Amino acid sequence: MRTLLAVFALAAPLLITACSSQPPAAEQSGAKVEERRPTNISTPPVVPPPVTTATIDPYSVAALKDPKSILSKRSVFFDYDQFVVKDEFKSLLEAHGKFLVNNPKFKMLIQGNADERGSREYNLALGQKRAEAVKKALLLLGAREDQVESVSLGEEKPVCTDSTEECWARNRRGDMLYSGEF
Amino acid sequence: MKSCHACAAPLLLASLLTVALSAQAQLSIEITGAGANRIPISIADFAGERIVSLALTSVVRNDLERSGWFRLVEPGAIAAVDASAANLAELKTRGADAYVGGSVSPAGAPANGQRYETRFQLFDVQKSAALGGHSYAHSGGQLRATAHRVSDFVYEKLTGEPGVFSTRIAYVVKSTGRFELQVADSDGMNAQAALASREPIISPTWSPDGSKLAYVSFESKKPIVYVHDLATGRRHVAANFKGSNSAPAWSPDGKRLAVVLTKDGNSQLYTLNADGSSTTRLASSSGIDTEPQYSPDGQWIYFTSDRGGSPQIYRISVGGGTAERVTFEGTYNVTPRLSPDGKNMAYVSRNSGRFQLTLMDLATKQSQILTDTAKDESPSFAPNGRTILYASEVNGRGVLGTVSVDGRIKQKLSIQAADIREPSWGPQLK
Repeated sequence: MRTLLAVFALAAPLLITACSSQPPAAEQSGAKVEERRPTNISTPPVVPPPVTTATIDPYSVAALKDPKSILSKRSVFFDYDQFVVKDEFKSLLEAHGKFLVNNPKFKMLIQGNADERGSREYNLALGQKRAEAVKKALLLLGAREDQVESVSLGEEKPVCTDSTEECWARNRRGDMLYSGEF
Repeated sequence: MKSCHACAAPLLLASLLTVALSAQAQLSIEITGAGANRIPISIADFAGERIVSLALTSVVRNDLERSGWFRLVEPGAIAAVDASAANLAELKTRGADAYVGGSVSPAGAPANGQRYETRFQLFDVQKSAALGGHSYAHSGGQLRATAHRVSDFVYEKLTGEPGVFSTRIAYVVKSTGRFELQVADSDGMNAQAALASREPIISPTWSPDGSKLAYVSFESKKPIVYVHDLATGRRHVAANFKGSNSAPAWSPDGKRLAVVLTKDGNSQLYTLNADGSSTTRLASSSGIDTEPQYSPDGQWIYFTSDRGGSPQIYRISVGGGTAERVTFEGTYNVTPRLSPDGKNMAYVSRNSGRFQLTLMDLATKQSQILTDTAKDESPSFAPNGRTILYASEVNGRGVLGTVSVDGRIKQKLSIQAADIREPSWGPQLK
């Protein structure tokens, strides 16, 4: 497990750049240091992991940043004023649920978002409901309650700022961030 | 349509005198509507050193004219503090109903900076009678504050309601990559940043004694509620539970905050002490409960909930119990804010896709839409209950608006090259 963490620590900067197609990760400037401090890393010798092979475990840490892996996709989109996870995102959540089960030391922050229309505080609550819907799905798939935190950014961190339906649809979103990405 | 950009010249004089003025971009204020029956008032240039007295007089004139309740009448050559019967007779022919005369004179040793005494008298021109006056001792830096107190006196004597010219407002300015929580005088001057952050700040709200702001900051990648002491700049976390923490509202005694927490699932109402201790759940629903606000008597908490299928306004006793639905028309009614006398409720309703500031008479349940804008948010009553400050959008830019409760008197407050939002009108300080 420590190896995994060490690997992740090395991969984290890469991961953030690799996910640049996912604006929320890019916007997380000055990412907060996670509870597990790097002191863990120096104690055991770090074994470089075989990250190059494409045929490794599909739920490995490497898969998180592999564009060919479904795990590199982190966003679930919602309809206006809705917080039901649509069928098209079920396989995505299944993959992340399995990842959390296979990597029990990993934590996830789910950030819910809303489009700009209406009250900021109500939109914060709508974003929360979306994050909560994603969290519930992941818990049903075996993730642990203490592994997943759902929060809301409301309408405050839009990835798209035009007042068009296409843009709003991109902002009605739940984003899944793993340890080191938030 | 009268723009107050013309007021910039006298205000500039004022700023030469008040060195404490910050270099912040100033709010510019545009009057977009006025009352039907404005009181014609004549305000003489106050006697005294011209640069000082003019700076003061211009603030009084701007205050009263911008309130929408007054129309300025040229006083001609009359400039006396104690107007004679002949003066008042002449003012009557000019169409004035009221007259203010005054003076600003140097007082005391300038060892600790020049001090002044400002004296003024208000007259009923029609009845040819003095309505009272006041004198204030103040420093050069308090010139604007003194002018606002003169305006408050005149406003109250002539309209019967306390003036709010001496109060302050808080709001958030968003420029590229930067959010600032600012506090300014109610006329937008003397803006000071209380907090600057790269992450959003929302929902600032004044403590009842005007010493603190509670707000939500996203600086730790999730919403956390802080309480910020304005005099010391110190702040503490009031609510940081697992999940989101938001929508703070002060109890009228300033001891407790109603907040929205998600530690037990969806957004729900809780109350806690302002220091963050003693959290109590207030209400339970299977959906969203948010935007709490105490009624002025402290007996009720009004809030937004989607428990009935669409966002509507409800209220619940501070002791908990069953929630009562308050709004029934339409499918989107949010952000309840009670008037200081508890009789009216400002909120935002959606009408054919437009989000508009709306006012409900709580006794009759009659509602009136007060604006013609489409993206209104965050209403906040002036402490005298006469005006509502709110956020809106004009040409894609975040602006603040004020509107009188009858919907007639309107102002727009904007700031150059930035969005201004999340306004909160501070309390009247005794």
